[in-house]
Amino acid sequence: METLREIRRHIRSIGNLSQVTKALEAVSASKVQKAQAAVLATRPYAHRAWELIVNIACVRGEKFHSLLTHREPVHSVLIVLFTSDRGLCGAYNQNIIRATTDYVEQLGVPVSYIAVGRRGRDVIWRMQADLVAEFHGLPAVPSFVDVSAIARTAIEEFLQERADAIFLAYTDFINLMRQQPVIKRLLPLTPSRLEEQAVSEYVVDMQPLGVAEYIYEPGKAEIMNAVLPRFTELQVYQATLEASASEHAARRMAMRNATDNAEELLRDLTLMRNKARQQAITSELLDIAGGAEALEQALQAAR
Amino acid sequence: MGLRLDIVTPERELFTGEVDTVLVPGAEGQLGILPQHAPLITVLDEGVLTARRGAESLAFAIHGGYMQVLSDHVIVLADVAEQAEEIDVERAEEARRRAEELLKKQPPPEEQRAAMAALQRSLVRLRVARRQRPYRPEREPES
Repeated sequence: METLREIRRHIRSIGNLSQVTKALEAVSASKVQKAQAAVLATRPYAHRAWELIVNIACVRGEKFHSLLTHREPVHSVLIVLFTSDRGLCGAYNQNIIRATTDYVEQLGVPVSYIAVGRRGRDVIWRMQADLVAEFHGLPAVPSFVDVSAIARTAIEEFLQERADAIFLAYTDFINLMRQQPVIKRLLPLTPSRLEEQAVSEYVVDMQPLGVAEYIYEPGKAEIMNAVLPRFTELQVYQATLEASASEHAARRMAMRNATDNAEELLRDLTLMRNKARQQAITSELLDIAGGAEALEQALQAAR
Repeated sequence: MGLRLDIVTPERELFTGEVDTVLVPGAEGQLGILPQHAPLITVLDEGVLTARRGAESLAFAIHGGYMQVLSDHVIVLADVAEQAEEIDVERAEEARRRAEELLKKQPPPEEQRAAMAALQRSLVRLRVARRQRPYRPEREPES
């Protein structure tokens, strides 16, 4: 049993703690919203860019751009793993890392990684896997420019044929309570297999394309060279935002649990404090009463 | 019959609305789009996009991207784009000065390219910021 003074100190520290977790919860909640809004804002561009790609790529007799071309068999795979920089976000990082390692086991080909976020990087180091590049310190709502370097690194690996396929491993934001780890193909993009493609999510409401004879300036190849890398960057950008929204949702959840626990603990401790206080008062009263009694007896004996 | 103009960037939808004409910085020179234009897909350069609606002239800074024209619908997919009101003239001016100073020092090619790009960006921004005024037909738009 703690002494009264210890209990009081404990209550104070738990009280401070719950204030901190409450503040963190509020901060995370606002970051989730911002990241979510940013994801939604990318949709119109994604939609239009994909339309453009399909338009150009579907022209019959055209050779596919190398970013659209499948390589068979796949000899090596690159995974872009999105994790958080910091902890305090529940099982967020464990979930996506487990999903990734499970996926890698199935693949059965050599895998290299690009790590976005310190936590994932540390895990990749511990596994002694091949780490191509790492990025960290991104803001909660990164700008497009912040993440384009990630995509450029991935495209470079693909074009240099160091990887035959590139996947994004990140956590999809479903709602504040649920976030789903997903593994999606980034490259090659294949318009002919639209339905099973990662990109299909962005183009669900796309109308069948009207046939139009476009003038291409400067030329189809040049336009594809400009559009495809940009579209790839966009997908990485969307994944980054989804991951950021999920991270903060997970952190908000973890902080809410921590606040709830702290409050429960506070209730128990307050009860304990009151008991201890009453006990102290009772024993003090007994002491005084006992002392008075003893004094009385001593006086009577002296008379 | 007007044109429908959409300007979108990866981060947001900047503009959408009806206009009469559009003048864009194409990769191979300035490009004017009027209603009934043939279907066109083109790469855009760094520059000023001007749209006219009646007597009003709208200016946007476009930093690379591409444009698709199809049946009186102009879609500009810009890498980065700004509206005149959003541009901080002082900051753009500052960026221009910095880039010019850097260029005077004859830096290594890598830095020189970066400085040139920064200079170009700030110039486009300044031009857009100063251009936002009612359209006067007697003035030729600078290109």
